[in-house]
Amino acid sequence: MRVMADAPAPAPATLSSTAGTPVPAVELIDITKVFPGVIANDHISLSVLPGEVLCLLGENGAGKSTLMSILSGLYRPDEGRIRVDGSDVRIDSPRRGRDLGIGMVHQHLSLIPTLTVLENLMLGSNKGIILDEKTARTRIADLASTLGITVDADARAGSLALGQQQHVEIIKALWKGSKVLILDEPTSMLTPQGIAELQKVLVELKTSGLAIIFITHKLHEAIAIGDRVTILKQGRVVGTIGPEILRSSTPQQLQRRIVATMFGEEADEVADVAELREDLEGHRVRRTMSETPLLELVGVSAPGHHGQYGVSDVSLAVRGGEILGIAGVDGNGQRALAEVIAGQRRPSAGDIRLAAASIVKLTVSSRQRLGLRYVTDDRLGEGVVRPFAVGMNLVLKRIGDKPFWRRGTIDRVAINATARELIAQFDIRTPSSETRIGKLSGGNIQKALLARELSFQPRVVVFSKPTHGLDVRTIAMVRERIRELAGRGVATVVISTDLDELIDLSDRVAVLFEGKIAGIVDNGPGAETRIGELIVGAQAA
Amino acid sequence: MTAPATTQTAVLAEPTAPGRLASIADSLIRSIGPIILAFLACGLILLVLGRDPIAFYEDIVTAGLLRPSGLQDSITRMAPILLIGVGLIVVFRATLWNLGSEGQYLLAAAMVAGLGPIVLDTVPAPLGWVVLMLVAMAVGAGWTLIPALLKAIYGMNEIITTLMMTFIGVGLANLFVKGPFKGTSMVPQTAVIPKGMMLLDLPVTRVHVGVIIALVVVVIVHLALTRTSFGTRLDVLGANPRAAVHLGINVPRLIVLAFVISGALIGLAAAVDILGIFGYMRADWNPAYGLKVIPLVFLARLNALALIPFAAFFSVVSIGGEYAARQAGLPSDFLLLVVGLILIFMVATQYFSDKRARGERIVPRRRKASA
Repeated sequence: MRVMADAPAPAPATLSSTAGTPVPAVELIDITKVFPGVIANDHISLSVLPGEVLCLLGENGAGKSTLMSILSGLYRPDEGRIRVDGSDVRIDSPRRGRDLGIGMVHQHLSLIPTLTVLENLMLGSNKGIILDEKTARTRIADLASTLGITVDADARAGSLALGQQQHVEIIKALWKGSKVLILDEPTSMLTPQGIAELQKVLVELKTSGLAIIFITHKLHEAIAIGDRVTILKQGRVVGTIGPEILRSSTPQQLQRRIVATMFGEEADEVADVAELREDLEGHRVRRTMSETPLLELVGVSAPGHHGQYGVSDVSLAVRGGEILGIAGVDGNGQRALAEVIAGQRRPSAGDIRLAAASIVKLTVSSRQRLGLRYVTDDRLGEGVVRPFAVGMNLVLKRIGDKPFWRRGTIDRVAINATARELIAQFDIRTPSSETRIGKLSGGNIQKALLARELSFQPRVVVFSKPTHGLDVRTIAMVRERIRELAGRGVATVVISTDLDELIDLSDRVAVLFEGKIAGIVDNGPGAETRIGELIVGAQAA
Repeated sequence: MTAPATTQTAVLAEPTAPGRLASIADSLIRSIGPIILAFLACGLILLVLGRDPIAFYEDIVTAGLLRPSGLQDSITRMAPILLIGVGLIVVFRATLWNLGSEGQYLLAAAMVAGLGPIVLDTVPAPLGWVVLMLVAMAVGAGWTLIPALLKAIYGMNEIITTLMMTFIGVGLANLFVKGPFKGTSMVPQTAVIPKGMMLLDLPVTRVHVGVIIALVVVVIVHLALTRTSFGTRLDVLGANPRAAVHLGINVPRLIVLAFVISGALIGLAAAVDILGIFGYMRADWNPAYGLKVIPLVFLARLNALALIPFAAFFSVVSIGGEYAARQAGLPSDFLLLVVGLILIFMVATQYFSDKRARGERIVPRRRKASA
């Protein structure tokens, strides 16, 4: 039953769970995968029925991605069996996986930005040498109508919004006619509107008989989207919530239940970051703020890169002890704003002041020395040097400085001593300070970046998407650090596309739209709606 | 996807002493394996050509290593290879591709050969050597400046610019030798530096002190790359150029600095060759070290100290090989074949050991009947 390609919709018989025992579209039985030193998957069994969404929930490092890599043919399991449509299969390459009807959409989108949607989709799927453009166009139209969306086949992939790019990725995964669609953390880079659209698409796909595996670490998504929820922890299945319970319980009951399964007795501490919104107000504490602003931007403009917005005529002032949130849909100038403050991008106009002294002419490292820090969201791309040790990465912003370099010579003992302190202080889970940082999980890499930026007397810190892609526990830890930092009188800027996060943390929220400040809202009752209006209203414009 | 290593609680075992030993053994295999395979492959080719491979390799060893004169020649040959090698290592570690070593070398050689007789005639020899070495270093460094600045300021591809500068450099070197630096003889070549003013030989040998200079420079460069903040910055730039910007490294300055040091070391190689061995430069002379040194540098995995054994090995093969090829009635081009094969096997060895490091099988497992 190849989905969608063939006109008549597949027989809905498999959809009803009452009609006998339906044959799972895909079944993983006792899958074990061991990597040197780590059991990534420990006898995991799960199955998905056609027309069903299975949510796979778990922290970073729980084994979700490994399991899906096994299913899509990237890795081979050490033990266990895979059954597709009730018969045993061996998936020894991604190509084999595709041929069996298993399509995967990875967390990081992989379209080639300079090619059109059509070209991207035909890439690798075209059999002969001559491109069969006509058939491809028909196929795009067919798939788009099944997804309930419109796709401009001639648009350059890079010019599309992230949500639209993801739609193209889904079309790509379904291109050869899939029975199973795997989505790896598909919402992590989408706006609230994008997530709503994705949800609609998933419903369409479900009714067409597709089996969907939805990987996430957000509880509310799992509850809202999943027909069943399977919870992974340290490579094992620690719980599954079936459709009956999902339907009969309130979201709050479900969240408590899942949190308890995931974290056991610690559950209460993390429960409220697990997006239990009613508690959010309780977090905001009044901090004492400095009279005068510590960081000031006066009419700053800077060019954008790669088709993204730069910033134009942005004026902001952040006082010591204040948390200023920057909201907005991704790509509206956030990166330019962060980089222009950090000194990585040269402004074309305007002035930037730190404690009333202009820093606009200073280099990145001089600003760093003055206490201006930038926690980048591009952790792997520019934050860390992956082949370097954790300890080295922790001091990379102080290359050549005492006590790590003495008379020009590196002092590894001093570096490791400081590294060990920071590792303990920031709870970085690493085998040692000499482990390569690229081996750590996303959450621990973020902790390492925090350790590097927040040590050595910060005065102004710019966070870019500080909790993006992290698990609930690390999110709680990061937000706590940010509050603590502001409590110590540091001027803090938090750039985030997660509105809940900004409401949770900020004193004021500025909304970026097309590189300009659309408005600044004092946080408090009703702020969320106001900010939402500014973001959405601006979008409509 | 690094998913496997990311579990917070299941902590990886740290490599202990046996682990380190294994990794040393591993890098030995990676480095020497390709050479052995290349010799096996060349042996087959020799057999096909109707030559005796055993005798060929025996000749190489005898002429390049066992005969005192051959050994001394081999050691002498190491000097330029080491200096050009570390010159390349400095930039390659930062993933900057200075492929213009030939232009830098020849231009510096032309200057030393041209100015040598005059300088050494006016000042005492030791002072003259120093002056000429500094001139050579300045010329080599200067010849990298245009590509370096274009790369640093405009991000222009240095592979193309350094290669282009090589054409100009080679041409210019010949112009100098045929023009202003032309000596009194009929052949287009520079005046010859008198024997007594050449670099001193080490006691009881024909090995000049340039070899010692090269070895000292190798150690200094090694320390600079592994111990100083400059070395760390180069490594950061090489591993992640965007991180270098984020970390506040002055990337344009670092690029220019790396290129200048690279060019200076290559220029020094030229000075050592002219002052130590040749004493003059003929027009259209070109030892073409550049292409031969690049594979050695990668075999040494961009480690300056590890370059020493490879340079020694290469010197023996090229000195002994010239003799062996003559004995076997083969053109000396046959040696290029050996070097080429080493390079190919090096890439293959790298591929397979990377594969093994990822925990995959080197030989794909045949499907078993199980399940």
